[in-house]
Amino acid sequence: MLSWLPQNVSTFGGSVDSTIRLIYYIVGAWFLATEGLLLYFVLRYRRKQGRRAFYKRAETIRQAAWVLIPAAIVLCLDLSIDASGASTWRKVKETLPSNAVQVEVTAQRFAWLFTYPGPDGKFGTPDDVTILGELHVPAGKPVELIMRSRDVIHSLFIPDFRFRQDVVPGRTIDAWFEATRPGSYELGCSELCGDAHFDMRGTVIVHDAGDYASWLRKTWRSAPAAVQNLSGAAKKG
Amino acid sequence: MKTMVVVDAHETAGFWRQYVFSTDHKMIAKQYLAISAFMALVGGLLSYLIRSQLAWPEKPVTGWGFVGPDAYNAFVTMHGTIMVFFVAMPLLLGAMGNFLIPLMVGAPDMAFPRLNRLSVWTLFVASIVLLSSFFVPGGASPAGWTGYVPLSDVPAYTGAFWGINLWLVALALEFASFLMGGVNFLTTAINMRAPGMTLWRLPLIVWMQVSASVIFLLSVGPLIAGAVMLFLDRTFHTGFFVPGKGGDPLLWEHLFWFFGHPEVYVVALPGFGAMLEIFSVFSRKPVFGYRTIVYSTIAAGFLSFVVWAHHMFVSGMDPRLAAPFSVTTILISVPFAIIVFAMVATLWRGSISFETPMLFALGGLATFIVGGVTGIFLGSEAADIYFHGTYFVVAHFHYTLFPTVIFGGFAAIYYWYPKMFGRMMNDALGKLHFWLTLVFFNVVFIPLFLLGIGGAPRRVYTFEAYNFLKPLQPLNVIATYAAIFLLLAQLPFLVNFAWSLARGKVAGRNPWHANTLEWTTDSPPPHGNFDLQPVVYRDPYEYSLPDSSEDWLPQSQPAAPAVAAAAD
Repeated sequence: MLSWLPQNVSTFGGSVDSTIRLIYYIVGAWFLATEGLLLYFVLRYRRKQGRRAFYKRAETIRQAAWVLIPAAIVLCLDLSIDASGASTWRKVKETLPSNAVQVEVTAQRFAWLFTYPGPDGKFGTPDDVTILGELHVPAGKPVELIMRSRDVIHSLFIPDFRFRQDVVPGRTIDAWFEATRPGSYELGCSELCGDAHFDMRGTVIVHDAGDYASWLRKTWRSAPAAVQNLSGAAKKG
Repeated sequence: MKTMVVVDAHETAGFWRQYVFSTDHKMIAKQYLAISAFMALVGGLLSYLIRSQLAWPEKPVTGWGFVGPDAYNAFVTMHGTIMVFFVAMPLLLGAMGNFLIPLMVGAPDMAFPRLNRLSVWTLFVASIVLLSSFFVPGGASPAGWTGYVPLSDVPAYTGAFWGINLWLVALALEFASFLMGGVNFLTTAINMRAPGMTLWRLPLIVWMQVSASVIFLLSVGPLIAGAVMLFLDRTFHTGFFVPGKGGDPLLWEHLFWFFGHPEVYVVALPGFGAMLEIFSVFSRKPVFGYRTIVYSTIAAGFLSFVVWAHHMFVSGMDPRLAAPFSVTTILISVPFAIIVFAMVATLWRGSISFETPMLFALGGLATFIVGGVTGIFLGSEAADIYFHGTYFVVAHFHYTLFPTVIFGGFAAIYYWYPKMFGRMMNDALGKLHFWLTLVFFNVVFIPLFLLGIGGAPRRVYTFEAYNFLKPLQPLNVIATYAAIFLLLAQLPFLVNFAWSLARGKVAGRNPWHANTLEWTTDSPPPHGNFDLQPVVYRDPYEYSLPDSSEDWLPQSQPAAPAVAAAAD
């Protein structure tokens, strides 16, 4: 079943996948054991002439142990899943790498806008560049997303990165990822945001480090074109 | 033995008093059943429209026409709202709880019969309000059954001004209805038990109904507050949830899920209760670990109040909250594992027969296990980063609610139909209904798990929007064909239900040789339920006692027959 997972091209995607895999094997084993036992009992103890059911109420702890001990094993396995999940979560959501490339993400019905600081390296100055629907990032470097919404709740979802973060109006939410391989990957909105929610998508373009620098310089030079893009987005929204 | 309290001479009352404005809990149960059956037809039709659009995007749906993105979102919203609040609750609590609690505890009626009448009629009005929202300008709410703000808050975002207002009013009325019902359930089960019916002699389904009512009563308050705030935001622009006015969208998510998650157990527990009764009767064995199950249910009830934020791991709440909520969520698997193991252990060394109610109960257990284990993926904060908001979630909750509500509900209907209407349902048609339902249910929802693992987001109008979804489209087509067959598979049930009312085999008092009190009176029971006040001498599941000639021993029978003495 897990072969249906898409490729993973982020540094933390492997941890997410290993938590998924751990759960898959644990619950898979329980699933087969419980369904197998159920099927066996149903066939083995079907009604037959002359055989009476076994009177067993299991009111004592000793008898109830037949269900309590398996439940205690479930508890231990639960805790191992919790431990794996918590360590993956800390890595993905509770730590923000320093020296990350910063990009501002603005979600609005029904588009993603990505803002880069201009040559001055600061956000909020006139040389900022905003691009519609395309998130350009370098490979092998952490990328910090500074996420805001202009209207309703959206959720940025990049399946190949195992990345998902809701974007909530009135808040600024920081998130990060680090892509491992240059290429082009789909991103989308995974929180219902209105009639064209399904169409609120875009692309992550991962450059290798050198290409990214030259892409950035080129974008700074052609900034007016990008701004044109933005006004197109405003019309669409 | 004291004689029965005489309830007003109901049988001689006119049509309106007997069938419409009745205070008899059994008639009220039938009214709940009728409401839930009608709403299930609407919810089923909506699922047909949703699935058709997904399989054959932007092609006119056979028998309906073109479904646009706004209509699609409205259909998804209304399907969820209807199935949870207007099918599951009326069926499992309204119909089953009303019918069974007084009969099983040995009471002549509910504690507050007029309140009971008011609660079913409040639900009726709620249903009309909800259905009318399809026909107002702007259409029904397209904001999702969770009604996340600000999408549902600011009318300009949806265009459904009256649609969402009516949705809120309908929910408020529904909550009022089940608050009244819950008070009645609790009072009846606590105060009106027959002599000898101690708490530890209550049938498990009564425990489950009572637990579900307590969970509902305690959890719904915050959501009512939230719904009032949302209504004020929409009509008086108060801004409780609007960031620009100092409000907070996450507040709604907390209030919604503080209720929304316990609500899952409100509908699941009565379904488990029905399965437990049926497992015991059809394997002729006591339920394995009665008290263990009761304690597990109570533990699950408490835990259900501290798991809600697992719906919000990636919502933008403080990420440090994720780990504690993940621990409580995964812990709640322990009491449910105990209940599931106890069900399986009840079958162990039983003498199992496979009439239709037993098949549905077994099918419900087998499929619920899938829903249970897949919940672990979503309860783990790390795995949820990937699975949140995908079709994996859709498949998972259908695998928890369909087994408990639909399989559990059908098991209950086939099992208690003879008590309710005095006649048996046809077993061959019932078995056909079961096997078709079991097969097509799985063929609908296994592909949805695969879609979710492939990353497909839910509430997406067409998979053609994303390149990575296009190769997954065949799964959508399979699921849609199966969904159509699943809907058609309900026809044998409707035929069986109607035909058996007139032509079914006359049931007699106790066709299944079951122990609980409802089987000691006429089928259907008269107004007032029992000729004589029943007295309870023992636990509800005394099947196959070693020293008894019969393999069953009713709760109301003073002593076990030593030799072959007929007991009916």
